[in-house]
Amino acid sequence: MSAADPAAPRRSWLTRVWMFVIELWDVLRRPSSVFGLGVLVLAGFVAGVVFWGGFNTALELTNTEKFCTGCHEMRDNVFAELKSTIHFSNRSGVRASCPDCHVPHNWTDKIARKMQASKEVWGHLFGSIDSREKFTDHRLELALHEWARFKANDSLECRNCHSAQSMDITKQSPRAAVAHQRFLFNGEKTCIDCHKGIAHHLPDMRGIPGWQ
Amino acid sequence: MNGKSFVAALAIVLAAASTSPQAQTVSSGLRGSTPLNEEGPAAPMTPMRNTAERETRNYPEQPPVIPHSIDGYQIDMNGNKCLSCHARARTGESQAPMVSITHFMDRDGQFLASVSPRRFFCTECHVPQNLVTPPVSNDFVDIDSMLSRAAPGGRR
Repeated sequence: MSAADPAAPRRSWLTRVWMFVIELWDVLRRPSSVFGLGVLVLAGFVAGVVFWGGFNTALELTNTEKFCTGCHEMRDNVFAELKSTIHFSNRSGVRASCPDCHVPHNWTDKIARKMQASKEVWGHLFGSIDSREKFTDHRLELALHEWARFKANDSLECRNCHSAQSMDITKQSPRAAVAHQRFLFNGEKTCIDCHKGIAHHLPDMRGIPGWQ
Repeated sequence: MNGKSFVAALAIVLAAASTSPQAQTVSSGLRGSTPLNEEGPAAPMTPMRNTAERETRNYPEQPPVIPHSIDGYQIDMNGNKCLSCHARARTGESQAPMVSITHFMDRDGQFLASVSPRRFFCTECHVPQNLVTPPVSNDFVDIDSMLSRAAPGGRR
């Protein structure tokens, strides 16, 4: 039959979608007449494993330095700054990559952070910081977010590598040993309180506690 | 020009022409024996003095040297890492010596509330110390040693 057939008037796009949903629901709510229950359970299990594995693999892909520096905002600003610091280049060659410090390692916290990061995708698409000037204008705001996060979780991402228990203060410079004993070991301060700007350049620090 | 000095000048010109720069070996503490027209191998980096102990000044006006490492310390229009410990308000926590009061003075001798912009860039005068034996020896004697001598200036 042709589309001009008056007996079957052309339905609107929305109606057709709705009809499809109704049909799909009819199929889903009826018990299967073809597959056995065992086959369905097993297939569901396998599909679940594949989905979960795929999801986590995709998540891990977004958790690599290669992915982070894929955007020029990261590559030309913060990653370029990281390269001259001890967290990129040092005597033993052990180094931190972006997600080591900026994504929580714990799964639920990681998902929460990834959801927050959708704002960063928005920012990339709409070019919030797509030039050096825009980036430096926003640097304080961006830094404040990270400082607040580190302060709230007691510098967890620092402590994933730098444990206070394993810290041998006799191997530190006298200044560092005294400061860590006075402020870190008794919990009076957390890493980020003193070590701001350890891996990236600082924003305008006027009014930030501990800075002039 | 008299005859004597003309001969001397001629001798200098001839000597300069006969010896190429290659042949000149000037041995100095900094360059070693590398010929002047060549660049020798870079000297190995030396460790930084990294303590909390002050070093004696050689004369009262000397800017105190920095006895600790300052790797990665940012000093620019955004912030000054040194002042995180050496600013007046920070010395209680840090137990570091306070920036001298002279640094609060502007060019007209007026004291400001905090460090004057013209004294903001610490490393213009204050420098960290590498642990090396000086390549060029120095026979500087400070004023106290000088005054304690029986005949000042008579013996070095």
